[in-house]
Amino acid sequence: MAIEGLERIVGAHALFAGFGDEFLELVSGCASNVRFRAGEYLCREGDPADQIFMVRDGHVAQEIGAPGQGRMTFLTIGPNSVIGLAWLVPPYRWTYDARAQDDVRAISLDATCLRGKCDRDPALGYEVMKRFMPAIVKRLHDTRLQLLDVYGARS
Amino acid sequence: MSTVLAPNPQADPMVPVLARITRRIEEVPDVVTFEMEAPDWNGFAPGQFNMLGVFGVGEIPISISGPASEPDRLVHTIRAVGPVSRALAGLAEGAALGLRGPFGNEWPVETARGRDVVVIAGGLGLAPVRPVLYHLLENRNDFNKVILLYGARRPEEMLFTGELSAWRARFDIEVAVTVDHAAIGWHGHVGVVTSLLRNVGFDPASTSAFVCGPEIMMRFAARALVDAGVAPGEIWMSMERNMHCAIGLCGHCQLGPVFICRDGPIFDWARLKPLMMQEEL
Repeated sequence: MAIEGLERIVGAHALFAGFGDEFLELVSGCASNVRFRAGEYLCREGDPADQIFMVRDGHVAQEIGAPGQGRMTFLTIGPNSVIGLAWLVPPYRWTYDARAQDDVRAISLDATCLRGKCDRDPALGYEVMKRFMPAIVKRLHDTRLQLLDVYGARS
Repeated sequence: MSTVLAPNPQADPMVPVLARITRRIEEVPDVVTFEMEAPDWNGFAPGQFNMLGVFGVGEIPISISGPASEPDRLVHTIRAVGPVSRALAGLAEGAALGLRGPFGNEWPVETARGRDVVVIAGGLGLAPVRPVLYHLLENRNDFNKVILLYGARRPEEMLFTGELSAWRARFDIEVAVTVDHAAIGWHGHVGVVTSLLRNVGFDPASTSAFVCGPEIMMRFAARALVDAGVAPGEIWMSMERNMHCAIGLCGHCQLGPVFICRDGPIFDWARLKPLMMQEEL
């Protein structure tokens, strides 16, 4: 029986859609299938950001606690989205908790593995960076809008 | 001998009639909905507004938020945010207030017949588009897909939650809501309202969009719709400015070459974009 690699699944995710076969193979070498039941945490604030989660099914709430305000969800993401941008820059630490809102299936990329491959192959590193940059820019843009608090009352 | 005639409200749009609040509904903190009766009220078109006034305090434009198909039922939703709106929102059932209107143009729902319709509302902006939603659902067979995307600051500040739940239960309208942030326990979407666009399917070449909310939200919603392939001339939004006379005389609501009260408040993005992108206009 032939064992199917993860290239097809990784390549089917929006993050790596259309990625070259050779690079896809390299990235998939760092990938594994993961599942989380509703309520389980994918990562916790302060832990090493040693994984990237490419969500395939389900929804994940990104949460943070603030003194006097309790815990707060500041973003939810669903299928074809990515959790984990902190793997790109030192000190590689999660800055929030990510909790499965319902049962979640995802591809986990070993961040240390992927960083190593990107360091050794700048062409791969550049292509991977180009895939992550739109997500980073979009998060920045959305965060800016949230900070503007556009629905807040103004007199 | 000359005779001094009392102003005829029907003939003079600057003269208010005396309306009365028949029902007061607390929607969320600082937001109330009034059902009102007014003499000679003959109904309105979705998108139009009235000038509501508290005697001795002032007058402000408020969109009509009830169904246009029930001309006897006049509904306004008001957020207490400034001196006049606070005075209005503080009125009790049975209280009298001044009313002029209806003014302004309407959401072009007739041009959306046979097309997909995407309604994007943010915060209190759900109130001005609610008449459109009533119209779409009352004439459901006239339209293809109907999608409502609604964003609010927090779950506790979402308007018309009972109706949102009822609409979500229907099979002929897709409803997605999001909040900017939420306490733990909220199982819905968190993120900006434009992020909901990625999760819904519509044919951009045959889509009309009706957008209402804070101006910056509408700007980014329009851009997201254009990025999705919707024609700028098919993206309609309701503008808000400092309207006083409501009939295009005083110029307070002038935005470049247009008066929001007289030429709007509904404009398409193709016309609005150059005006909205100009600072201090």
